[in-house]
Amino acid sequence: MDEFSKINESCTWQELTEGMKIFTGGNSKDFNTGEWTTIKPFIIEEKCRQCLLCTPVCPDSAIPVIEKRRGPVDYKHCKGCGICAKVCPFGAIEMRQEDVSAT
Amino acid sequence: MNIKDRMSGNEAVACALRQINPDVMPAFPITPSTEIPQFMTTFAANGQIDTEFIPVESEHSSLSAALGAEAAGARTVTATSSCGLAFMWEILYVAASDRLPLALACVNRALTGPININCDHADSMGARDSGWIQLYAETNQEAYDNMVMAFRIAEHKDVRLPIMVCMDGFITSHAVMNIEVLDDESVKNFVGEYRPEDYLLNSERPMAVGPYAVSSYYMEAKRAQAEALRNVKRVALEVAREYEQISGRHYGLYEAYRMEDAEYAVVLIGSAAGTAKDAVDKLRAEGKRVGLIKIRFFRPLPAKEITEELRGVKAVAVMDRCEGFSDNGGPLGAELMSAMFTGGLDAYAVNYIYGIGGRDVKVESIETVFAALEEIRAAGGTEETYRYLDLRQ
Repeated sequence: MDEFSKINESCTWQELTEGMKIFTGGNSKDFNTGEWTTIKPFIIEEKCRQCLLCTPVCPDSAIPVIEKRRGPVDYKHCKGCGICAKVCPFGAIEMRQEDVSAT
Repeated sequence: MNIKDRMSGNEAVACALRQINPDVMPAFPITPSTEIPQFMTTFAANGQIDTEFIPVESEHSSLSAALGAEAAGARTVTATSSCGLAFMWEILYVAASDRLPLALACVNRALTGPININCDHADSMGARDSGWIQLYAETNQEAYDNMVMAFRIAEHKDVRLPIMVCMDGFITSHAVMNIEVLDDESVKNFVGEYRPEDYLLNSERPMAVGPYAVSSYYMEAKRAQAEALRNVKRVALEVAREYEQISGRHYGLYEAYRMEDAEYAVVLIGSAAGTAKDAVDKLRAEGKRVGLIKIRFFRPLPAKEITEELRGVKAVAVMDRCEGFSDNGGPLGAELMSAMFTGGLDAYAVNYIYGIGGRDVKVESIETVFAALEEIRAAGGTEETYRYLDLRQ
């Protein structure tokens, strides 16, 4: 196990790396940074035409493309900015206040 | 091998830095520390050092560049004073929390205002909670010796913290004194090559420095940082012992001067210690049992050790060369008197603000302090525990 994987919220102060240095690259995907959003994009599947315009405009790369089709929104990294909803030509994305991440 | 020479404090620190030959020095000039980078650029231009000197546009930038260079794996130093140190404030904390053992030659000067370029400790005392090691010199000799020892303390694996090597502006930095410096080879061997375990330019082991720490990590991160500072006491004494072997000069965390059987003691930091020693000698010759404790390390503060040193003393004056505006006295007074209380010390204690803005401190000034201590003891205490020395009133 690398040093990064050993760090978690139950670590004592003695177990942290010196100066909180991180020795593993590309680890931002492992952190939930979307938990504080007030609105989240809800995708109305029947309206989506798979044009994929929402994907490149997302500032957090939170709308993946899987096998040439739009994948589910990554709510752990979505900040709820609403650009995807704005850009969707088919009104297939709605920003909703309720927790849509579980759906 | 010791070589006799005569140098100003700035020259002595620059001499030590030439011998250390650090990899990088970013700096911005400010009185009274300007000569240090000035000497270093001359050394670099003459080919005496291969230090990469980075002229920057501000002190915020000089410390930022120093932090970056140190993180990259370079042994780095900078120098500043007063408002220059104040402008570094934000980055001071970053350097310490990132555990980067860079060095800063701080030539102590008052903070504006009123505008004043002369000596007091307001600048580095303000930075006391930033997590840096703070080491203060009484003389040009100590300024040199402290600079030679600095990197060994800061870079030690149990420490890895930035170090502020302080001396009094003008009094120490500009006055010329007979000192002994070591030969270049001895210093190079003592300080050694800098080989950090982890550094940004190491492609074998990539790392990120200075991450965001959410609430669930910040406290633990700070506690770990505090432990590194606590380790300084042990490491500094180890380094001092080794340094004594090549220099013949002995250093502790503080210096106790004629404290054996002392009934009255003065505790202070910096060049005024020399003046206080003269006062102690004079009063001792008159049969008075007086002594002095000179602080070398203010961070970490060897408060417990000094409290033990003071046990048996009847009255103590803790003297600050800066205001604290706490309405209770200066920072050294506040911290040491609290340590004396928790250490159960049975002595009267009083705090003096002295010598700020470059006000001269004379032997007679210190004599009045000892006289006041005698009065306080005779009176069985005083309500006036926060005083100014040599104030017109």
